[in-house]
Amino acid sequence: MADAVLRVEGLLKRFGGVTATDRLNMSVVPGEIQALIGPNGAGKTTLIQQLSGALRADDGKIFFDGRDITRTSLHQRVHLGMARSYQITSIFRGSTVVHNLALAVLARNGSSLRFWRPLAREQELFDTALALADQVGLAGRENVVAGALAHGEQRQLEVGLALATRARLLLLDEPMAGLGPEESQRMITLIEKLKGTITLLLVEHDMDAVFRLADRISVLDSGRIIATGAPEVIRNDTEVKRAYLGEESAAP
Amino acid sequence: MRNRMVIGTLVLLLAFPLAAKHWDQLFYVSFASRILIYAVAASSLNLILGYGGMVSFGHAAFLGIGAYTVAILMEQGVSSAWVSWPLAVGVSALFALAIGAISLRTRGVYFIMITLAFAQMVYYLLISLRAYGGEDGLNLAERSQVGFGLSLANDLTFYYVVLALGVACLYLLRRLLNARFGQVVQAIRDNETRMEAIGFPTYRYKLICFVLAGGVAGLAGALLANQSGFVSPNLLQWTQSGTLMVMVILGGVGYLYGGALGAALFLVLEEVLSAYTLHWQLGLGLVLLAIVLYAHRGVAGLFDGRAAARRGADG
Repeated sequence: MADAVLRVEGLLKRFGGVTATDRLNMSVVPGEIQALIGPNGAGKTTLIQQLSGALRADDGKIFFDGRDITRTSLHQRVHLGMARSYQITSIFRGSTVVHNLALAVLARNGSSLRFWRPLAREQELFDTALALADQVGLAGRENVVAGALAHGEQRQLEVGLALATRARLLLLDEPMAGLGPEESQRMITLIEKLKGTITLLLVEHDMDAVFRLADRISVLDSGRIIATGAPEVIRNDTEVKRAYLGEESAAP
Repeated sequence: MRNRMVIGTLVLLLAFPLAAKHWDQLFYVSFASRILIYAVAASSLNLILGYGGMVSFGHAAFLGIGAYTVAILMEQGVSSAWVSWPLAVGVSALFALAIGAISLRTRGVYFIMITLAFAQMVYYLLISLRAYGGEDGLNLAERSQVGFGLSLANDLTFYYVVLALGVACLYLLRRLLNARFGQVVQAIRDNETRMEAIGFPTYRYKLICFVLAGGVAGLAGALLANQSGFVSPNLLQWTQSGTLMVMVILGGVGYLYGGALGAALFLVLEEVLSAYTLHWQLGLGLVLLAIVLYAHRGVAGLFDGRAAARRGADG
């Protein structure tokens, strides 16, 4: 696929004797929601770490928009247009929601080597941050300190921080982690609304959410992609069933 | 209310030397200058320690480098403050750039150790400088020249110059902390991984912060050399870095006036307690213990209503 927004070739990562990513190949089609599923220990988090730039691969290449980013750092990848969210919520707990988002907007808003004008007076920044708060369903909660938000709201803010980078490709690492049914529903609606405006690579355990949201599903097992296809194809793939879905009694 | 306290303190600081002069107690003017100088030094440490989350155990190095820059220049016949003080800032900042560039590649306890190691290297480097007194240090022939018909040899004039610079430093610090740069640095302290993940080159911001703090410490050093008329490698001993750290902890880590309050408290305690006993550090230790146990946000934290409110919100 020449027009893939993200292309991975022969990615390899070993921890001691364990091969977490085993010469993995994959690509992400622009505009789609591609889900990445796999049993525990399949190497999903390790893969996301490498894709985002938090972890160096031992071998192989990663291309973003056709450009080799294998050696590009985490923050530079964000500026190229690729950002991530975290499975374990990583927000600024002591700051308000709007301040959290304003920081993320700041990152793509010119130099921050400014020493004089108070940040609080940069109205455009906060206007953008407020719009983002609204977009992720936190309207009315803007001035709450992030650490005091409910778990579900913190997860929404988590996604908001990634969105604020205005990346073209978002890597969402288990956005539903720890959410109750109602909160999950809200998150699914939020992600559904992003469809078409942005390319998403969604790592998720919640099979319900995956089959509702994804245009394409890749299955990771033992550090390799064992299948990629439309949801109905994946659902009926025997190898996938054996590796993964079979052990999930709740699978549809 | 905070503004009123700041203005009140300023008025007191402005009037203090006049009162001291009236009652013929000029010793205290010199002592107050010393407090102000340490207030600047401790505030610069607070910038990296309290706001940047970088626990540097080598900050005295920059203080000492600033002091030595002024002393060595004077030895070479350069006594203008307009030359030697900015140079003291510049040389200290350069050292901070070199030391920070390497140290900031490490985290946590390794960062503490590596900054300490660099400071010790500078300490031994100065001991080896025989031409400038080696271990014995170096006397300054006079105080720096400022021109405009002012003489820093006059303790009152010197005090007001130090006060002006100290107030300017704190004001600039306040601007910086509320501006983009300061907000970014504080966010890096709170969650560095996330700052990187939203696109900030965190290493660069921390390094710039480290260099700024080094430069300000250099200015404090230049003033200190003038105040005591003497520099020696003892200025950069690791215990001095510890003293600066104790000042910041006493005053309030991450509070704008934490460094200044801590410096004042520390030096006054030292002065008062050492009048009674040689073992004044025992008394200081007890105070430090009380602060850490019962007011771990330091003296400044006692005045901070927001912190209490936030604790409530968190729990």
